[in-house]
Amino acid sequence: MRTVIAVAFAAVAATSLLADQRAPQSTATPWAMPRTADGKPDLQGVWSNATITPLERPANVKDLVLSEEEAARMEKATGDRVEERNLPSDPNRPAPPKGGDGSTGAAGNVGGYNTFWLDPGERVARVDGMPRSSLIIDPPNGRVPALTDEARARGQQRMKMMAGRGQYDHPEFRPLAERCILSFGPTTPLIPNYFYNNNLQIVQTPDHVMILMEMVHDARIVRIGGTHAPKHIRPWMGDSIGRWEGDTLVVETTNFPPQQQFRGASENLKVTERFRRADATTINYRFTVEDPTTFTAPFTGEIPFRAMDELIYEYACHEGNYALANVLSGARNEEKRLGTKQ
Amino acid sequence: MIAPRLLRDISVALLSATIVAAGFWTAAPVETQPARPARLANGKPNLNGIWQALNTANYDILSHSAKAALAFRPGPVVPVPAAGVVAFGAVGAVPAGVGIVEGDEIPYLPEAKKKQLENQANWLDRDPEIKCYLPGVPRANYMPFPFQILHSDKAIFFSYEYAGAVRNIYLTDPGEAPVDSWMGQSFGRWEGDTLVITVTGHNDQSWFDRAGNHHSDQLKVTERYTPQGPNHLWYEATIEDPQTFSRPWKIRMPLYRHINPDARLNQFKCVEFVEELMYGKFRKTPVQ
Repeated sequence: MRTVIAVAFAAVAATSLLADQRAPQSTATPWAMPRTADGKPDLQGVWSNATITPLERPANVKDLVLSEEEAARMEKATGDRVEERNLPSDPNRPAPPKGGDGSTGAAGNVGGYNTFWLDPGERVARVDGMPRSSLIIDPPNGRVPALTDEARARGQQRMKMMAGRGQYDHPEFRPLAERCILSFGPTTPLIPNYFYNNNLQIVQTPDHVMILMEMVHDARIVRIGGTHAPKHIRPWMGDSIGRWEGDTLVVETTNFPPQQQFRGASENLKVTERFRRADATTINYRFTVEDPTTFTAPFTGEIPFRAMDELIYEYACHEGNYALANVLSGARNEEKRLGTKQ
Repeated sequence: MIAPRLLRDISVALLSATIVAAGFWTAAPVETQPARPARLANGKPNLNGIWQALNTANYDILSHSAKAALAFRPGPVVPVPAAGVVAFGAVGAVPAGVGIVEGDEIPYLPEAKKKQLENQANWLDRDPEIKCYLPGVPRANYMPFPFQILHSDKAIFFSYEYAGAVRNIYLTDPGEAPVDSWMGQSFGRWEGDTLVITVTGHNDQSWFDRAGNHHSDQLKVTERYTPQGPNHLWYEATIEDPQTFSRPWKIRMPLYRHINPDARLNQFKCVEFVEELMYGKFRKTPVQ
């Protein structure tokens, strides 16, 4: 993890150096699109999609493009927070108060993971040099469109189903990431998880593009051309078909399984991704999410992928998953203790 | 003496048989995959494709007869399948196989041999495959599932159907593995038309097969992949682990390419499939 954090800093340094050089100088050698033997843009390498720019624009921010001053302020605030939270923990600190200490996210309300274990990114997303306030660019307000009545009804149905059942009753009620089935962020589209290991590797052949996510060693193999699997074949991460539109790789993914929810969408979800190399160290990644049964309108976002000069290591999640057994058996012990077990 | 007429009939029959046979061998398949170049632009053999071993080495890498089950308990006459597998009937039986180990012998040190026998006797509790753990190398290559090699001028990547295991084959030496892992660290280089991959940085948890064959974290596997035509690779792996074996030993087998036109790697993310086995006892109400 320490390596990964150091690497992220190194990549940031390299990127900003390039950005500084790129704008004003006309004497620099123009960047030429790297190409594979069959003439396609070469997307291969190890990339990071980590960023502090949120998926949705905060309510108090109006514009998609931030000023450099605003971006610098956000980045400094993040850096200061990381530095502060990286201070050694007090070994004599008391146990968290009953009911939790109010900490959220990785700290899990009991002072869990500290910042040492996290690597959510330090930089505002910049697309074509412009700092962004949200990853979503359309609709123009930078927010996920409202849910349809049908989707709201589905949500209520789920709530009704869960009423009277505890979230620790069965492994199937635990999140997919806790079960080591998928990463805790969306896997298709490649939205950062704002947590850690936002690293991916692309390998490209004339008929396949493989996208490996570090999280849970998930390799999504995109077939170039052809047709989607039959409707009843629904692999995790969906079924991806790619095509080249000029120098842009376009990947369309459908056939998501019902258990894989993206903001309430799953079986009718269609994700269209566009990969376009922007410069020597950047892929501009654009995604469009459509599901007329869930969202009142499609939405589109953009994320810069930054080149990393580092290796991805094995994320063997399930093999060391003591937590899931402990979460469930802890709940059973608690029931026994309280005498509530029927 | 054979009658001339009979001789003539025999010749005609032989001739017809030859014609039929020739027709059979030269007939084009109904539908084929698009042509696949033998080499990449950089001149290396093209390893792209979906590959699979066709043997029973995942049951036991040594020669073995068919038997009723992988786990037994004492019976009144002969041992009978263990309670945990008896319901499988013939499906839980083990098919016979010719071993993949050169010389058909694993040179265990005495303590390591004892551990193998214990592993085998406790197969249901100990085999990492039962819990859907990552298979390690070389076992990943002869599991009864295909794997896809993605090969470009810049990268060689193995994606396995079983458990979604992956290996990125580093093409420049990354140095010593910083940490042990299930799939190890793979460093590949070419010796002529043979891809040689040195795999180090293994943990001591993965097995070679369902027969309890094991290794320590000192394992080093040197794999050799040599194309034998468009649809076959010859696979050899030298196994070294001075903590477990008295000398290096070798496994070998062909790997076959899936040539059906709609061949693709499917998904076998088995983590979900073993939740009842691993966590069923922690349910609020265990399933009876």
